[in-house]
Amino acid sequence: MAELLTVHDPRGYPPQVTGKPLAPRLESLDGRRVYLVDCLFDNSEAFVTQLQGWFSEHLPAVDTQVIKPRESWVDDPDMRAKIEADGDAAVLAVGL
Amino acid sequence: MAIEEGGVPTVAVHTDVFARLARSVARVNGMPTTRQAFVPQPVVGRSPAELRSYIEGVDPVNERPFMQEVIEGLTRPLDEADTTGLSFDRSTERLLEPDAEENLHRLFLESNWTDFLPIVLPTEERVEAMLAGTSHSPDEVVGRLRPTAYREFWEFTVEKVAVNAVMAGARPEYLPVVLAMAASGLTGRQSSTTSFATISVVNGPIRNEIAMNPGIGAMGPYNHANATVGRAYSLLSQNLQGGSVPGESYMGSIGNVYAYTAAYPENEEQSPWEPLHVEHGFEPEASTVSLFNGGWWTLFGNGPRDSWEDQFRRAVTAVDPFTSPNTGVAPLVVLDPLSARAFVERGFDEKQKLAAWLAEHSLLPAREYWDNMWMQSILRPLAVAGVEPWASHLRAAPEELVQMFQPADISVVVIGGGTQPVWKMIGGSLRGRIVSVDDWR
Repeated sequence: MAELLTVHDPRGYPPQVTGKPLAPRLESLDGRRVYLVDCLFDNSEAFVTQLQGWFSEHLPAVDTQVIKPRESWVDDPDMRAKIEADGDAAVLAVGL
Repeated sequence: MAIEEGGVPTVAVHTDVFARLARSVARVNGMPTTRQAFVPQPVVGRSPAELRSYIEGVDPVNERPFMQEVIEGLTRPLDEADTTGLSFDRSTERLLEPDAEENLHRLFLESNWTDFLPIVLPTEERVEAMLAGTSHSPDEVVGRLRPTAYREFWEFTVEKVAVNAVMAGARPEYLPVVLAMAASGLTGRQSSTTSFATISVVNGPIRNEIAMNPGIGAMGPYNHANATVGRAYSLLSQNLQGGSVPGESYMGSIGNVYAYTAAYPENEEQSPWEPLHVEHGFEPEASTVSLFNGGWWTLFGNGPRDSWEDQFRRAVTAVDPFTSPNTGVAPLVVLDPLSARAFVERGFDEKQKLAAWLAEHSLLPAREYWDNMWMQSILRPLAVAGVEPWASHLRAAPEELVQMFQPADISVVVIGGGTQPVWKMIGGSLRGRIVSVDDWR
């Protein structure tokens, strides 16, 4: 029988994951303000423009507003506060 | 997810190659059911009509109409999983279950804990011997690392660094250098699609104490300390930050050879200039390691000869212009001692003068300067907000020359054995990240 070795686990220590609930969903988007967040990746502005165009053509009752963070890759608390204050929903594009 | 946490129903749109990563990030943030919709890769370079076809087409990951995913993501009632999220403890054990050597090697390989080259198994005895290389307690917390700003930090101790140093084949006397690198807060395994690596330069007496090679072949596989110190940093970056797995926690499209090992001592004895660490305020007797974020590109040349100005002008304008105080890559100029002395003979009695010359001549037409994904994504918003120098660069006419780099962006070090007056220009930004090795002895 082969000799058994005891070795160390090479991994670091991860933080504990704490569950967070999703925000309540809307019954309908009609008459609601949906922020389309341009994440500032290359060509995301063009994508968001096309997304807004789709809503105008197919769901004109939805009030879409394009909004941009002040920088890409960086949290923008002011932008988030605006969305939370007068937005009903948000679509982030194109992220990550 | 921050907007979702603020009470606003949100759908995040990603390209399909990021599906595993996006879902993994959602899970470790406690919101595994975060609504995500996907379009084909790439978005970059696609016309408005092509982007519209993405929107009107099928989500390639969820295999349903893309807009259906978006609308239902905002309106579909929540179920229990949505309202509770996911809590879990991922504690890692100090020791693994005892097993045969062959099985343990397979476990390390299949768990993505290696660099796919053979490793030394970190037995209790080997780790204990490694820990003799520092006076610090094994359970002292060294720092935290993560592969990208979107992921969570993992924490690690002196012992965990020692474990990875053993795996790399390092010797106990190298441990203070490895600990200093680990304490830097900069990972050698960033997830960026651009395939960053970290290149380290070691200065001070520690270079000679551990017999590093700053001479012939310093950047090649010709010295035990050079090779294993860099490899230890690579392995610890991967394992102590929670992984570096392609498609999940590593997205570098092409990858980077500097990520295997890249730790080089400066040839202070043969350099005509002050060493890197002294340039940045350390005493000559101090031992340090300087970590350069980059590795995107490497150029090579001979000289300086009579046409050196043409050659250097071409070199510094051939590289990617994306750099800022926070990210991107600027030149790290590596000169053989013969090349450095030849520059002194041409009037560059301080290395800062060479950095200044390169910055002054890093001139690119504004049209070309801005035709760059990262310039558009990261620096253009700053330019629009009026931040200099990018605001001025954005106002420039298309053919107007703009300066890519500032002198402080550019570093100069002397490495090599004097067999030829040659130089390399490597993508590498220091941003003041110089760590004391002496603090970790």
